[in-house]
Amino acid sequence: MPTRMPARKGLLPMAKIIKHSSIIDDGWTLLRLAEGESAESVALPAGNLIVPLAVWQARKAELLARPQRGVWLAPDELAQDIATDLANLQLVAIDFPQFADGRGYSTAALLRTRFGWRGELRAIGEVLRDQLFYLNRVGFDAYAIREGKDIEDALKALNDFSETYQAAVDEPLPLFRRRGRAA
Amino acid sequence: MYRYDHYDQAIVDDRVKQFRDQTHRYLAGTLSEDEYRPLRLQNGLYIQRYAPMLRIAIPYGLLSSRQLRALSDIAAKYDRGYGHISTRQNLQLNWPKLEDVPEILAELAKVEMHAIQTSGNCIRNVTSDQFAGVSPDELTDPRPWCEILRQWSTFHPEFAYLPRKFKIAVNAADTDRAATRVHDIGLDVLKDGDGNIGFRVIVGGGLGRTPIVGVVIKDFLPWQHLITYLECILRVYNLHGRRDNKYKARIKILVKALGIEEFRRQVENEWAYVKDGAATLTEAEVERIQQHFTDPAWKQLDDLSLEALAVEKNDKAFTRWLERNVHGHKKPGYAAVTLSLKDPKTAPGDITSAQMNFVADLADKYSFGELRTSHEQNIILADVEKSRLHELWLEARAHSLASPTVGLLQDIICCPGGDFCSLANAKSIPIATAIQERFDDLDYLHDIGELDLNISGCMNACGHHHVGNIGILGVDKNGAEWYQVSIGGRQGYNAHLGDVIGPSFAAAEIPDVISTLIETYIDNRESEDERFVDTVHRLGIGPFKERVYANKNAGKERAVANG
Ligand code: SF4
Repeated sequence: MPTRMPARKGLLPMAKIIKHSSIIDDGWTLLRLAEGESAESVALPAGNLIVPLAVWQARKAELLARPQRGVWLAPDELAQDIATDLANLQLVAIDFPQFADGRGYSTAALLRTRFGWRGELRAIGEVLRDQLFYLNRVGFDAYAIREGKDIEDALKALNDFSETYQAAVDEPLPLFRRRGRAA
Repeated sequence: MYRYDHYDQAIVDDRVKQFRDQTHRYLAGTLSEDEYRPLRLQNGLYIQRYAPMLRIAIPYGLLSSRQLRALSDIAAKYDRGYGHISTRQNLQLNWPKLEDVPEILAELAKVEMHAIQTSGNCIRNVTSDQFAGVSPDELTDPRPWCEILRQWSTFHPEFAYLPRKFKIAVNAADTDRAATRVHDIGLDVLKDGDGNIGFRVIVGGGLGRTPIVGVVIKDFLPWQHLITYLECILRVYNLHGRRDNKYKARIKILVKALGIEEFRRQVENEWAYVKDGAATLTEAEVERIQQHFTDPAWKQLDDLSLEALAVEKNDKAFTRWLERNVHGHKKPGYAAVTLSLKDPKTAPGDITSAQMNFVADLADKYSFGELRTSHEQNIILADVEKSRLHELWLEARAHSLASPTVGLLQDIICCPGGDFCSLANAKSIPIATAIQERFDDLDYLHDIGELDLNISGCMNACGHHHVGNIGILGVDKNGAEWYQVSIGGRQGYNAHLGDVIGPSFAAAEIPDVISTLIETYIDNRESEDERFVDTVHRLGIGPFKERVYANKNAGKERAVANG
């Protein structure tokens, strides 16, 4: 049985995320390229990594040797850019550098409906309480709430509405196909 | 009209709760200004030049008298006792307090109203023909389709953060009264050879700083596919529309950049995956919605000719009103009536709380308790018995709602402009007033005939200046307010964007410029039947331009000589 590493001074407590409507410890590390770093040469830390699409493409063989693999998409990267790799991944994240840039909503919906993604779909970046309800509807099931925001508070937003009109990933039947059915 | 069931009510009630909480968090400082902005915009709340402005949705312009009374109360209680009908058929309050807005929304919800998506980068209030359901040239009632789209677009999770706002209009008549060519999506309801209903889908139209007439993306879309097809258009736009420059972010820019062939290919490609999916409309749903728009209990009446009525009453003012403000109706013995909000003493489209209550009474008394707002910023009573027109006219006149000027130069479309709007380059209401004062002779107005004059205070074109026969646009020249004038624009199926006649004018010059344009038209028209816009199209802008600038220069020389 491996010995447990003593908690080192200065080590951040494990980050919390929302997943499947509860708050859990995050078992993943998000890798963003700093300025001057390149996908080809960036050092890949140990552990479960969520890497940029470019890193995944450049270092696939290396990453495939790890037990868990995650990739994140920037707003201008499309669902089809990762489609053929989905079978090799456990997690796909979509970045929202600004919450008002809504491209990731369509990307998420396409990953779930067109490309059959069943694994974790995580929103990262500027992920805030007041977008959670919609994010959940288009197929996200995990949220790394932006630093400095109250994650308990954010969780409440998943219940903002008790009913919705459109078909979406969370409810594939539009209201008009459910209306009047016995509750 | 559409009545909420418990689902619709729950959705609107939840929204009130949500917005109350968001506003509370904003006022408490846990939600930043930047984070709150899109949330309040999607509830119609702007922070304007002097105060917040709240835009209340009037879906496709239809209101009950009960709703109008509630609006009257709200305007009296939370504002300064009046509201403004916008060019998108909504009602704007210019002076509410931010902290009162959640309460206003709660009061609206009690009468099945809201301010959802009346602003922001999302799908906006769907607009339609103000004569829907009663006009003789209508193929079918467009409002059930509008309501279907309203429900589909309300809180659509995928399209709440689009590159830019998104406007949809539906028309189902021979005449396009919904301006479908200048919307992000325009829908013309059609019937195919076998009598099946479908839509001609037009995409990429719009006004604003790059005015473009939309193009047909699909000639005939069977009704079942309305939602899936629109979702594909929106999806392609959401993913590929520009987000780097808000002036290039509308769908029209994307359609133009890709070309309609390529844009269509991308949409059809998406559609191949979702066509016939769960969002495909069912007959049961369309019937359910259509049942809310059945004809009112019209009586069987003998038809009455308006000419005979005019002769009988023998009153010139009434005759003029009949000519301009009374419109055809598909049921014999009935007419639709425009109550004008263009009294020269008030800003175009403004309506006081007292007038709202009064109009609600008129609607109950004369028109089955319903009324409509029009994008020309007037109010319509759609089902008035012709035999009661005179009685109605007398009542309306007593409340300054009977200006007999619909479609004439006084019936100005005008945005709130620099008096209220923080985006404005220039004021627009005083320009409208100055023109209305110049042309206050009813004989002359009727002689000039049909003429749309539209004013916007900036490039955003809320006053639809590009499609005015005469369009006036506020521009900023070194911090001063100037006005650019265009002529020859028109709305409808043959929508056309006006041409700018030349360098812009100071506010004080505008009434003279309009006078010169009108004189040029009167001198050159082939007959009284040739409308202003037709003369402009026949002659081009040359003669108009020459005379306007010749007069302007003569005026200057005189001023110099006198100085
Ligand atoms: S056209 Fe410009 S000034 Fe007028 S209401 Fe729109 S944004 Fe404001």
